Amino acid sequence: MIELSLPIAFLHSFTGAFDFILHQREAQTRFVQVGGLGQVWELTRTHLEVSGLALAGSLALALPVGAALGHRGRGEMFAIGLGNAGRAVPELAVIAFLVAFIGIGLRNVVLALMVLGIPPILTNTFVAVKQVDRDAVGAARGIGMRETQILTRIQLPLAVPTIMSGVRTAAINIVATATIAPLAGVLTLGDFILSRNVYGDQGVLAGAILVALLALIVELSLAGVQWLLTPRGLALQRERAAA
Amino acid sequence: MSAEAPDSLDGPVEAPSVAFRRVTKRYPGADEPALAELELEVPGGEICVFVGPSGSGKTTAMRMVNRMVEITEGDILVGSTSVRQRSPAQLRREMGYVIQQIGLFPHRTVADNIATVPRLLGWDRKRVEARVEELLELVRIDPALRDRYPAQLSGGQQQRVGVARALAANPGVMLMDEPFGAVDPSNRERLQNEFLRLQAEVRKTILFVTHDIDEAIKMGDRIAILREGGRLAQYATPAELLMAPADDFVEDFVGADRALKRLALMRVSDIDLWEAPLAHVGQATSEARAKLPEAEVPYVLVIDAERRPLGWLSDDDLLAETVPAKPGTSPDPVLELDDVMRDALSDLLQAETRYAPVVDSEGLIAGVLSVEIISEFLTSPEALTEERPAAERPLG
Amino acid sequence: MIPVIAATVKVMLPLAQLPSNFVHHHSTTTCVAENRFFCADWAAHNFDRYVDPALKQALLVSVSVAVGFTVAMGLALLSHRQPKLAPTFTGLTGVLYTVPSVAFFFLLLPITGFGTDTAVIALSAYTLQIIYRNIVAGLANVPEEAKDAGRGMGMSQRDLLWRVELPLAVPEIVAGLRVATVSTVALATLAFFAGAGGLGQQIYSDLTFKTNIIIAGGLAMLMAILFDLVLLVIQRLATPWLRAGAS
Repeated sequence: MIELSLPIAFLHSFTGAFDFILHQREAQTRFVQVGGLGQVWELTRTHLEVSGLALAGSLALALPVGAALGHRGRGEMFAIGLGNAGRAVPELAVIAFLVAFIGIGLRNVVLALMVLGIPPILTNTFVAVKQVDRDAVGAARGIGMRETQILTRIQLPLAVPTIMSGVRTAAINIVATATIAPLAGVLTLGDFILSRNVYGDQGVLAGAILVALLALIVELSLAGVQWLLTPRGLALQRERAAA
Repeated sequence: MSAEAPDSLDGPVEAPSVAFRRVTKRYPGADEPALAELELEVPGGEICVFVGPSGSGKTTAMRMVNRMVEITEGDILVGSTSVRQRSPAQLRREMGYVIQQIGLFPHRTVADNIATVPRLLGWDRKRVEARVEELLELVRIDPALRDRYPAQLSGGQQQRVGVARALAANPGVMLMDEPFGAVDPSNRERLQNEFLRLQAEVRKTILFVTHDIDEAIKMGDRIAILREGGRLAQYATPAELLMAPADDFVEDFVGADRALKRLALMRVSDIDLWEAPLAHVGQATSEARAKLPEAEVPYVLVIDAERRPLGWLSDDDLLAETVPAKPGTSPDPVLELDDVMRDALSDLLQAETRYAPVVDSEGLIAGVLSVEIISEFLTSPEALTEERPAAERPLG
Repeated sequence: MIPVIAATVKVMLPLAQLPSNFVHHHSTTTCVAENRFFCADWAAHNFDRYVDPALKQALLVSVSVAVGFTVAMGLALLSHRQPKLAPTFTGLTGVLYTVPSVAFFFLLLPITGFGTDTAVIALSAYTLQIIYRNIVAGLANVPEEAKDAGRGMGMSQRDLLWRVELPLAVPEIVAGLRVATVSTVALATLAFFAGAGGLGQQIYSDLTFKTNIIIAGGLAMLMAILFDLVLLVIQRLATPWLRAGAS
């Protein structure tokens, strides 16, 4: 029985967590009702909203800049250096910087998350566009395509897999960091995790499960988007190279 | 040095014969065998070249000797021992192996590359060191390069290091898969000659794969010509192969290539040129017309007072009273007696013309070269003889 | 909205297990009281309090990356011998990479408890994908002719792996290690949630004190850069053939 006690305690914690997700209960701090699908949905929505806005903002900025630099083959130091620097930025420090220097609230959190989303997208877009088969670009120029046409019709489609892997990294960073957004006053699913005094141990574990699930779902959806956006011929070429 | 004689190059080396006994290779899923019942014997100390088009199984045949490819049926004997009875690793350490891409280890210095097999065999440091020195000298690599990395060497140097590495444990047998294939043409000939000089010294049994019949004729003591489906078309000395091709396939494979190669060794002056009817500027065209019916070349060539070609009379020109100073058809290409025949032919073909005036060193007309002369030469018996196989030529 | 936030921030503090708002306990200077951009005086007097957390974080990162590297290397060598395993390993490490580390810490708590172990498990799990992918790519990119030559000279699978394939894969392996290490330094600022301390704890202890954020955040980034430089030096020492100028 002793060796079973750990798995059982483990199971017990998780059933408690699922119970928290499904049913409302009184908060540790009393007088308020917490948990249950209603609150889960509300926090999930905020989590997705803040993450989605940050990802969209990052794309809007990083994609054109990365593509333009990659097409001209200029600014390599900037594009690569930004990617490297981006990885070194501690998520917590970004949020803390925001709280201390700029102020809390949804708009500010979105801006902070963009700091984490822009570097991987910009770097990958730059590298992907720059690396597109020179023969294909030469051929396009040879048949009289204009530079913008070359970029939009040849380079970007061929760069989809690498760009999307940057987008996925950015999304993972953003969704993960949105978990600590409650520190800056935006109540995401991370609130369950961070406010143990309110939600209790079961609430914390429930939050961890929900955040993990949300991240995996976002990642899978983006993998699907990548599959849809990747030109068929390119996918075939890669399969063949792998075989 | 003589105390370490077993691995030294000084003493006579026992190079074993290599015998293929009805060797067949079938790859799973393939209808045809890659190699079908190959039966031949390479005497010890000789170079046997496997040559043939792609898909003829020449590389497969070679790679079965050191069991890089497993034999499906039949057997290969090295000396009197079947390769099937040897462990692949042991077998390979006793054979030199050189491939087209050379395959030097980019992370190891020249000396470390050469020392690979001796170290695998567990030689002590001193012996390895001495062997590396000896090999660098043998393949004529400056000892100062010993600590360089492959990326710091020229293509030719890399190739020689590859050969030195293959020779390191003084193997009796060397397997060489298009060893000069990655070297640029201008260096290839020099490396081939160097290698023949080396072979005269070391006398290994060498199995050499190439798709280039010229290289095969140059390098081989014997040549095995393979055809699609991995069948042996002919196994003979180069001389036999050129004089008595076994069938149409061999003749095709050897013939056309070889005659064309002769063109590269000839100059325009080596061949009997044709004569065109000549006309001077201002001469009556009737005189020129009168020469046409009996001429070798059916066009009139206009020359100036010093006999320099100005052009060919066009049909319109022939209708005029006198020969014009600017004839209707340009004389180009104008060839020189010193031009290499192959280049002359390519000039003719490029200009899409059948005749070209040939001038001497002063630019004066010496005759006319035609596509017909060249094609007659290519089909004449003269073009098919005079080739001497490597065995009869002085080495180096 | 604001009272809710204030309540949230307040209730979080005991979790961090720190005396609340250490600023007000120790400092009364105008700079600190007005919470200006950067209080150099305060920084000079209080720098000590950042040294231990920084060292602890550096150790946590080193251990986590070392564990991650060992496991990733094992997985990569397995899938190198048995390529059928590769998709499974890629998928598995991908999932571990995707799960946000904060969530990972708290998922592990019921199993491994509050402490450094939990942080190491979560952080090393995060590094697996990056390192594994780079080792596999590095091994796959070893020139075929070098492998063929090795086999042709009678190297065993083992010889080939240790003498040819792994050395040639070093640049890509180290590249993976660098990315993984820099990311882990950043993530380790969250490891205090799992009870492993570190600079994050300092940041968390006073989220509104600007000087604190700049020092702790700056130290974390500096640490990432230092780790990166160390690995870069290791890579250059381990791959002398890449520096030998090609002729």
